[in-house]
Amino acid sequence: MWTESLPFAKRFAHMTKQDKLSNSFRNQPDDRGHFGQFGGRYVAETLMPLILDLEKHYRAAQADPAFAEEFDDLLEHYVGRPSPLYFAERLTDHVRKEAPEGKGAQIWFKRDELNHTGAHKINNCIGQILLAKRMGKTRIIAETGAGQHGVATATVCARFGLPCIVYMGATDVVRQKPNLFRMKLLGAEVVSVESGSGTLKDAMNDAMRDWVANVEDTFYIIGTAAGPHPYPELVRDFQSVIGREAREQMLNRVGRLPDMLVAAIGGGSNAIGLFHPFLDDPDVEMLGIEAAGHGLDKQHAASLAGGKPGILHGNKTYLLQDEDGQIDEAHSISAGLDYPGIGPEHSWLKESGRVRYDSVTDTEALEAFQLLCSTEGIIPALEPSHAIAAVAREAVKMDKDQIILANLCGRGDKDIFTVAEALGTEI
Amino acid sequence: MTRLSSSFPADRAALITFVTGGDPSTADTGTILDALVEGGADIIELGMPFTDPMADGPAIQAANIRSLNAGTKTADLLNIATAFRQRHPTVPLVLMGYANPMTIRGADWFADACVQAGVDGVICVDIPVEEDDSLGDSLRANDVAVIRLATPTTDAARLPDILKNASGFLYYVSVAGITGLQQAAQASIQEAVTRLKAGTDLPVAVGFGVRTPEQAADIAHVADGVVVGSAIVEIIAEHGAGAPPHVKAYVKSLSDAIRSAR
Repeated sequence: MWTESLPFAKRFAHMTKQDKLSNSFRNQPDDRGHFGQFGGRYVAETLMPLILDLEKHYRAAQADPAFAEEFDDLLEHYVGRPSPLYFAERLTDHVRKEAPEGKGAQIWFKRDELNHTGAHKINNCIGQILLAKRMGKTRIIAETGAGQHGVATATVCARFGLPCIVYMGATDVVRQKPNLFRMKLLGAEVVSVESGSGTLKDAMNDAMRDWVANVEDTFYIIGTAAGPHPYPELVRDFQSVIGREAREQMLNRVGRLPDMLVAAIGGGSNAIGLFHPFLDDPDVEMLGIEAAGHGLDKQHAASLAGGKPGILHGNKTYLLQDEDGQIDEAHSISAGLDYPGIGPEHSWLKESGRVRYDSVTDTEALEAFQLLCSTEGIIPALEPSHAIAAVAREAVKMDKDQIILANLCGRGDKDIFTVAEALGTEI
Repeated sequence: MTRLSSSFPADRAALITFVTGGDPSTADTGTILDALVEGGADIIELGMPFTDPMADGPAIQAANIRSLNAGTKTADLLNIATAFRQRHPTVPLVLMGYANPMTIRGADWFADACVQAGVDGVICVDIPVEEDDSLGDSLRANDVAVIRLATPTTDAARLPDILKNASGFLYYVSVAGITGLQQAAQASIQEAVTRLKAGTDLPVAVGFGVRTPEQAADIAHVADGVVVGSAIVEIIAEHGAGAPPHVKAYVKSLSDAIRSAR
C-alpha cells in the first residue's frame, strides 16, 4: 500500500486548491499560522526570522519530490511503516459482555506502538531532521515529557550523526528512567530541568531558551503539534501518515470507513495525525481524550475541559491558567500527557464542533492499561491507555456492526515502573 | 512631548532600569522603584511576573518565582504602578512582560488599566509584529507606547515592519539569547545602533547583559539609552527587603558613568 504513494503535494501541502474549499476542515492554518483565533507566532523577536526561514524551507520541501521520497523511504525501512491495523477481537468480546443487547462496537487499533522506538513520535522526528538537514543546521535540541519524543529525537540524531541535547523535567527524569538511559545510549545529552514543576512545560521553556541563544546552528525538533507556526502544521503533516494509512487500511480490510476515531491528547500530535485525513469524512465521528488526572475538579491536564484560551510557548490555545494568566501545573499519571496546553488545531476543532473532546482519569487509564494487557497481550503506554478507557466507554453505546478505531500511539515498557508503583507492586 | 520622549536628554544617554514587580513582595517594590529614581534612573521598566518567562535567564526567572510565590497578582502590579505615578509624576514607567498576563482579560482591558495606572509604554516579549493586533492596536488607541524589540537576528528586510507603529523608544536586544548572561562586543553594538538609527527617529536603547558602569558608559557613547535589569534583580535577590540602599548605590554608579561618558 505504501508503495502506491500519493502525489506529494496531496500528502503534505494542505493548501491545494481542492482543500481550500471553504467547507473543508482540512484547510487550516491561514497564511499567518492561525487556526481560527488559535495558533500564531508568539515568539521573541530573536526567533522570528528563524521561524520565517523554517516556514520558507518547509514550503520548499513540500514542493520537492526528493524530500517526500526520503521521508517515505525512512518511514518504510527504518521506522517499519505502515504500522498494522488490528482488530482487537478479545477486547471487543469483553466489551460486548457488558453492553446492552445488540451493542458493542468492533474495536480496532492502529498499531503505532510497533514503530521503531515504540511510539508515533518517530514519524515527526524523521520529517523534522530532514528539514534540519535541508537548512544546514548542525545541532539538534528537543524537549521531552514521557521521554518518547526525546528517544525518537536522539534516535534520528544518531542516525544522521548530529549532536542532540534533550531537555527533560526533573520530575520526568525520575519517573521515566528507562527512557533517560535510552537517550544516553543513543548519544544524547539529557539536561534535567529543575524549574517549575520539572515537567514537560518547564522542559519546553528551557529548550526555547537554548534555541534563542543558538539560533544560527540549532534546529529545535518540537515533539507535538504545538508551538509557533509552522510547527503545528508541519508536525501534523508528518504525523498524518497515521490517519492516511488507517483510512486506506480500513477501506481495504472492511470496505468502509470507521464510525469513530479515538486518540489520547497531551499536545495532540498522535490525535491530529489520526484525525486530519478523516476531517472531511462527515460520517466519521472523532473523540480526543485528555488526561483528567486526579479528576477534573482536582489536579489534571485537560486544558480543553478545564482551561481557557491564552498564549504560551509560541501559540494561542486552550491553557490551564488562573484569572491573571499564570499557568497552572498540570497533573497526569502519564508523563506524555502532563502538559497544561494543547495544540492549537485541537482548540479550533473543539470550537468548530468537528471533534468531540472528553477526558479519562489516572485510575481509569490504569484499569484500561491492565485490560489491554489481559485481553490482547499488548502492554500499552499510559498515554494510549487513556484512549483505550474511552474506547471501552464508547463501544458499549455503539451498535455491534459499528467500528471504533483508536491509535495505540506507544508501548508501555517505559511505564512498567510507574504502573507497578500505582498498583502497589514491587519489581 | 510625552513623558517617554522627553526623558531622553539631548546631551547624554538615558538610564533605563528594570526590576520584577512584586519581588521580593508587592510592599517592597515601591521603595525599590524609589531607589532606582534616587539613584538616577531616567526610565523605569516594571516587570510583570509570569510563571513561564521563556526569554529570561536564571536571575529574572528566579525573581518571577519569588514574586509569584509572594502572591503578586496583576491587580497588585497595577497598584504599584498607580502609586509610583503619584509619587513621581514625571518619571516614565514602562510595563515589561509576556503576552498571556497582558492579554488574558482582553487587550482593551489591559490598555485601559495602563492608562488608569499612568503607565507610559509596554514591552511585550512574545508578541512580535506579526501578532501586533493581539495588543498593539488597543495600546496605540489609548496613547500607550508600543515599544518594539530589535535583535541581532532582525535583518534589513524585517526592520521597516518593526519600526512601523513603534513608539516610545526602540529597544535593541544586543545578544541573541536570554537576559542577564553575556554582553555583546562594543563594535557590534555600535554597528547595530547606527543601522537602526538610520531607519528611525525614535531613541535607541541597548540592553541585555549590561552589568558594570564601564559597560554602561561604553554603550552610552553610541546609544540613546542603556538598559540594566538582571544585575539589579540580583541585588534584590541578595538583600531582599533590605535591597533599596544597595540598589540606589549601584544605580548611581551606572548613572554617574553614563553622565560622564560624553
